[in-house]
Amino acid sequence: MSAAEAPGPSDTALEALVSQVRAAAAAGQPLRIRGGGTKDFYGERHDPALPVLDVSPLAGISSYEPSELVVTVRAGTPLVQLEQALASQGQCLPFEPPRFGPGGTVGGMVAAGLAGPARASVGGVRDYVLGATLLDGRGQVLSFGGQVMKNVAGYDVSRVLAGSLGVLGVICEVSLKVLPLPAASATIRFEWDQARALRQLNSWGGQPWPIAASAWWEGMLVLRLAGAAAAVQTAVDKLGGEPVEPGLAATFWQGLRDHADEFFVGAHRAVAGGATLWRLSLPQTAPPLALSGELLVEWGGAQRWLCTSAPAAAVREAAGTLGGHATRFRGGDPSTGVFAPLSPPLARIQRELKKAFDPQGLFNPGRLVTGM
Amino acid sequence: MNAPLSAAALAATPEDRNRRQAEVVSALRAALPAHALLWRREDTVPYECDGLTAYREQPLVVALPETEEQVQAVLRACHRLAVPVVARGAGTGLSGGALPHRLGVTLSLAKFNRILKVDAVSRTAIVQCGVRNLAISEAAAPHGLYYAPDPSSQIACTIGGNIAENSGGVHCLKYGLTLHNVLRVRGFTVEGEAVEFGSEALDTPGLDLLPLVVGSEGMLAVTVEATVRLVPKPRLARCVMASFDDIRRAGDAVAAIIAAGIIPAGLEMMDKPMTAAVEDYVHAGYDLNAEAILLCESDGTPEEVAEEIDRMLGVLAGAGATRMEVSKDEAQRLRFWSGRKNAFPASGRISPDYMCMDSTIPRKRLADILLAIQQMEQKYQLRCANVFHAGDGNLHPLILFDANDADQMHRCEQFGAEILETSVQMGGTVTGEHGVGVEKLNSMCVQFSPEERALMFGVKAAFDPAGTLNPGKVIPTLQRCAEYGRMHVRKGLLPFAELERF
Repeated sequence: MSAAEAPGPSDTALEALVSQVRAAAAAGQPLRIRGGGTKDFYGERHDPALPVLDVSPLAGISSYEPSELVVTVRAGTPLVQLEQALASQGQCLPFEPPRFGPGGTVGGMVAAGLAGPARASVGGVRDYVLGATLLDGRGQVLSFGGQVMKNVAGYDVSRVLAGSLGVLGVICEVSLKVLPLPAASATIRFEWDQARALRQLNSWGGQPWPIAASAWWEGMLVLRLAGAAAAVQTAVDKLGGEPVEPGLAATFWQGLRDHADEFFVGAHRAVAGGATLWRLSLPQTAPPLALSGELLVEWGGAQRWLCTSAPAAAVREAAGTLGGHATRFRGGDPSTGVFAPLSPPLARIQRELKKAFDPQGLFNPGRLVTGM
Repeated sequence: MNAPLSAAALAATPEDRNRRQAEVVSALRAALPAHALLWRREDTVPYECDGLTAYREQPLVVALPETEEQVQAVLRACHRLAVPVVARGAGTGLSGGALPHRLGVTLSLAKFNRILKVDAVSRTAIVQCGVRNLAISEAAAPHGLYYAPDPSSQIACTIGGNIAENSGGVHCLKYGLTLHNVLRVRGFTVEGEAVEFGSEALDTPGLDLLPLVVGSEGMLAVTVEATVRLVPKPRLARCVMASFDDIRRAGDAVAAIIAAGIIPAGLEMMDKPMTAAVEDYVHAGYDLNAEAILLCESDGTPEEVAEEIDRMLGVLAGAGATRMEVSKDEAQRLRFWSGRKNAFPASGRISPDYMCMDSTIPRKRLADILLAIQQMEQKYQLRCANVFHAGDGNLHPLILFDANDADQMHRCEQFGAEILETSVQMGGTVTGEHGVGVEKLNSMCVQFSPEERALMFGVKAAFDPAGTLNPGKVIPTLQRCAEYGRMHVRKGLLPFAELERF
């Protein structure tokens, strides 16, 4: 839709957002984009006193046809509502986005770009975004991508919104690829130290086993298998390990996904006592970290949560040396950045992109990259 | 952006061009060995087009660097002189993305053809941009791994070109596109500054620029190296070939397969004219009475495949298949696929020329678009044979014509444009995997509003402020769309589900 066209009569929620952004643009007043507010804690230091642009009224599933494997949904729709609609048709968001509270929205899920235990086997939020409608810093409603799997018309702007923390514009509606729920799943566990668990995970990864998720913590590797019933049964028989009762397994994976399981409960307590919870994103073959602290390894080794009192510089350096980066996820010294710094060419390109989308710097200033 | 540069190119007299050529050759002589610099017409002719041969242009100069330092030096020199740069891999692209610029340098990266590392433990390969797609899978095969995206040109096309186009293939419904299988891209900005997008970890801080760079048709940066994901080779693959006596039933069968929770490794469709053309060429035993043929493949462990093939047969029979055959061995499976994979050359045998379209539509509209295309055949008095990546709704209608007949050529172009516009109206897109290049610039006016196109120019400028990297491709200017004169047919937000729409 072009900026000159008036939104249709059913789009009062959109209309309200457009007028608020246009008024903010006229006044040069920065805004804090917010859905359910469950991820207020996430991102670089930003001004909590900024006026809120509340996206939650822009809600509802606009289109869902299970045989297309695509759902189009407005940004303010509660994630819980979307997942219920998908589950009723035997489908799901395979990347298992974390739910930090009951009110989380689809827009917040895309903006945060965070994925859960299945990330390494199925891809992340970005890989499931097919299209998006965006309200830019000029108050224009713009659409990119679409509702089909294969689409190379123009630059893939919609996927860049995944993990953008709202700095490019207000996500109004997204089209997501969805998948059938796996026909069968099973969870098994092994009492192994970290080095052995990492070695074995990487070795299994090179073979066609139906491994959907993995987690290692305190000498225990937990593995979720998912896929065709026959394939899951073969893997259970051949990989060994101790089967975990399905009810217990479901509780464990859900707790891990939503950061509500024992490790994260402990980490949140430690953070309250002054520790820092780091998220290290590493090549999955990276060796065990030489840092002290409480450690949880996910994604076959590619995501490592570390609750530690080690200095930020030491954690960042360790992650960088191993070919990855570290995010100060919760707690710690607010004077160190949350995200690892960017290389000069990437920092320049990102600043220029920000200007192209939001020339006055209205949206979530500083939340993704300090000063941007 | 395309207008001013093309206008400058058009306005340049032969004398201007000679002067400019001498200037650029002299600057690049400092950057490259003599044999890596071509500018005489007889030497640059092989570079005048890519796989879209209807568009041709002589590059001012062709540079064939052999080292990254040389790539950097060429880019720096071109940047200093404000000379357009068009990066080129194998030149197999189908939309004119590597069409030379009359006043620009074609940067051939063909010499960057080394596989630097195949790592079985991390299941990744580090490859230079000029490595052929199939060569990666061949190098990974001893480890039981392969590189999943398999565009039909995979024998010749390079990974650098795949990254530029976000190439797909017949297996991308299950295994994803190039974007989903590339972890890291290393290269240079237009100014010649080293830059890296993505990472061997699964995410990076800041905005994720990899999805912009992948599929950017060489307009945002120059790729010299990539880390790609390798996946375990399935132990077994089997294919069902199903016939339908009605196009609509075949289209519905595709939707029924997906609705049943099955994600086939490949799901392809051919209509009757295409089946006749390929059967005559490969003699695979296709059902010539069928209005449409579906190829539906399952891969995985033998247990998984047995389970899935049973479910596929059940759904296809329920959808009204008139004949079904399951491949008994690898030879038969490859025979089933031989026709599909040879659809383009088979079309070349029954017509002097053909134009291949590449739009995508929602799967449920497969029958609708086929019937619409049948009506267009009447309207434009040209034949059209159809192959589809049905599983992802990606169409490849092949319009048959004779390029020596100007009127046929004109009708063919109009026919193609109408297929693309109908696809957009049905909720689809003008290009699923071949890219916009120069071929579909006009159709972009239909899919995107002026404001959306302006923002795409903004994205381009964020990477390439002077606009010299592959200028004139992908995004049409306002002026061009005004001259084309068709309305933008897409809307922003979808109306709610209860409202009737396409």
